[in-house]
Amino acid sequence: MENRAIFSGRLLPILLVLPQLAISLIFFYWPAFQALWQSFLVQDAFGTSTEFVWLENYLSVFARPEYYHSIGVTLVFSALVAFFSLSIGLLLAVMANREIAGLQIYRTFLIIPYAVAPAVASTLFIFMFQPGLGMIAAMLRRSGIDWNPVLNGTHAMILVVIGAVWHQISYNFLFFLAGLQSIPKSVIEAAAIDGARPARRFWTIVFPLLSPTMFFLIIVNTTYAFFDTLGIIDTATEGGPNGATQTLVYKVFQDGKVGTDLGGSAAQSVILMVIVVGLTAVQFRYIEKKVHY
Amino acid sequence: MALRQFSAAALGATALACIAASPAHAVTEIQWWHAMSGPNNDVVNKLANDFNASQSEYKIVPTFKGSYADTLNAGIAAFRAGNAPGIMQVFEVGTATMMAAKGAIKPVYELMKEEGEKFDPNSYLPAITGYYSTAKGEMLSFPFNSSSMVMWVNLDALQKAGIAEPPKTWPETFDDAKKLHAAGNPTCGFSTGWVTWSLIEQFNAWHNLPIGTKANGLDGFDTVLEFNSPQELKLLENLVELQKDKSFDYSGRTNTGEGRFTSGECAMFITSSAFYPNVKANAKFNYTAVAMPYFPDVKGAPQNSIIGGASLWVMGGKPKEEYKGIAKFFTFLSDTDRQVYLHQESGYLPITKAAYEKTKASGFYEKNPILEVPLKELTNKTPTENSRGLRFGGMVQIRDVWSEEIEAALAGKKSAKEALDAAVSRGNQMLRQFERTAGK
Repeated sequence: MENRAIFSGRLLPILLVLPQLAISLIFFYWPAFQALWQSFLVQDAFGTSTEFVWLENYLSVFARPEYYHSIGVTLVFSALVAFFSLSIGLLLAVMANREIAGLQIYRTFLIIPYAVAPAVASTLFIFMFQPGLGMIAAMLRRSGIDWNPVLNGTHAMILVVIGAVWHQISYNFLFFLAGLQSIPKSVIEAAAIDGARPARRFWTIVFPLLSPTMFFLIIVNTTYAFFDTLGIIDTATEGGPNGATQTLVYKVFQDGKVGTDLGGSAAQSVILMVIVVGLTAVQFRYIEKKVHY
Repeated sequence: MALRQFSAAALGATALACIAASPAHAVTEIQWWHAMSGPNNDVVNKLANDFNASQSEYKIVPTFKGSYADTLNAGIAAFRAGNAPGIMQVFEVGTATMMAAKGAIKPVYELMKEEGEKFDPNSYLPAITGYYSTAKGEMLSFPFNSSSMVMWVNLDALQKAGIAEPPKTWPETFDDAKKLHAAGNPTCGFSTGWVTWSLIEQFNAWHNLPIGTKANGLDGFDTVLEFNSPQELKLLENLVELQKDKSFDYSGRTNTGEGRFTSGECAMFITSSAFYPNVKANAKFNYTAVAMPYFPDVKGAPQNSIIGGASLWVMGGKPKEEYKGIAKFFTFLSDTDRQVYLHQESGYLPITKAAYEKTKASGFYEKNPILEVPLKELTNKTPTENSRGLRFGGMVQIRDVWSEEIEAALAGKKSAKEALDAAVSRGNQMLRQFERTAGK
């Protein structure tokens, strides 16, 4: 069966994709090439002196032990954020997919956090978790835990993971809920009649049928943890203490904006781009095989 | 004479052009980007309004651009796009970045000379202008808001712990911290804000120890850090020891931990003198501020403290009329009565000697002794090579690297010696990177 759109000439299809192409070129490819070009330069902050240095920026990035530390931090952070935001999002979606009173209200409330800007969210978290001021910090301290994210790296990591997960749960919830509602009720009812309990129904029917959504969300959440958590880390910990929450993207920001080392920062963002493209390719290659469309 | 006629003609032409374009705006507008929020934002606006009302040729337009780092980055981006403001407020640690950008800035001493404004560098307090001057004493930027570092003390907590008077030396501070910890401050005997400013920068100046070679970088970008001597080590080792039971408790890299003093959690807190308005408004106990502690066995200590805060930089490549207006604005700011007002209103230090003397003579410090503490520290002795100030390229990020290492030591991840050595060597790497692009 022919299900492609048929155009009589070449002109119309080209015209139709042109706006999208122009947007991609101007907002994605141009800055990417700028970053690539900048990564071969050593330049002062104001751009008054420029020197072309080939791969020196890359070599000096890889010569620093902090960079490898930062890669480790990023992997731990991203894995934690993706795992918790996906599992909590899924749990809430499954709960909200049942027939209970006030369903619409629950759903709306579960979606609202996504509308809160990351910086605002993390300011709230700072207030709650600030040793000496925050409510939650005070509670933790009363229960005998020496909560101290300004000096304890593990505490700082927990703090930024909570902030990042909290923000992403709503997004995952929304997609999981849509995915759940597209699963035909008849299949589940048939399983119920056959005597399958809810847990078994979930793992053998619902979960596999959700796999396209899951696959999509894994990619989106990894990318989120890699790039979009900059605001949370900046407001909550500034990458500290002692680099414990310094992810790769935060280091790009630090070296470029605070250190005004644009060349080194550009080199790092090119490396980061390669890592994320590679990671996404791997996900498509291996995880997608397990997906049932 | 010919030149004068020419500029008069040019001015006339410009005026005509302006009139033709929009009859209401025959004034030269000067953009002033700053980072002053809250009550200090009002001070900035008041200064601009007063200046604008005092004459009709120039109009200063202040714009708040966010934090110090945001303001600097906004200025850099604007310069790269060919759209820089006339005046930009830059924090003290951005000084090296600004002066390295030769074409991007106009040194203040040059501006004042070219525009024929009355300008005597000797009328300013050397402890303040030294930070913003070349090795030859030429003033590069105009000091705006300056502060220094003092130790804030909760007198009620001291009394509770049976301590008669605030500590003067570091050994006394350590002892008192233990007593305070045992008495009423179990989670924080004492602490500091701005960790590298207090434990490295001020500590070294106050003890007449070098932070780096070449007069802490004031004499050249080929400076090498050297603050890993036994004295700095002694301080850090003591703090690491006290951190274990929270007789000393770390409060972060900037001033976000200052609330721990006003809330009463920390009994003593070493931080900026500009903390004053906040303490006055929020502390519900008897308090005072005293000079920073020192080690009595270090020769020449205490020396003098250094400043923090920000100065006003004039950007390069602006039209002549704008420079004329900026020069007049700086003269306006230097006025003694205005400086006296600024000092007493904002708690920042006066920048001219005359303003300091006048405030002193008026008996202001008898009523507000806290405000004189930083001034006494700054003028304690004639500044040496080690205590004039510091100028390290990329200082904003260097501070982060130093903080990371201090955090590693306090958390017990590294020994104090390893941390200090790493802070020095990592800082040196960054200095070499900066040197490559600086001043070419």
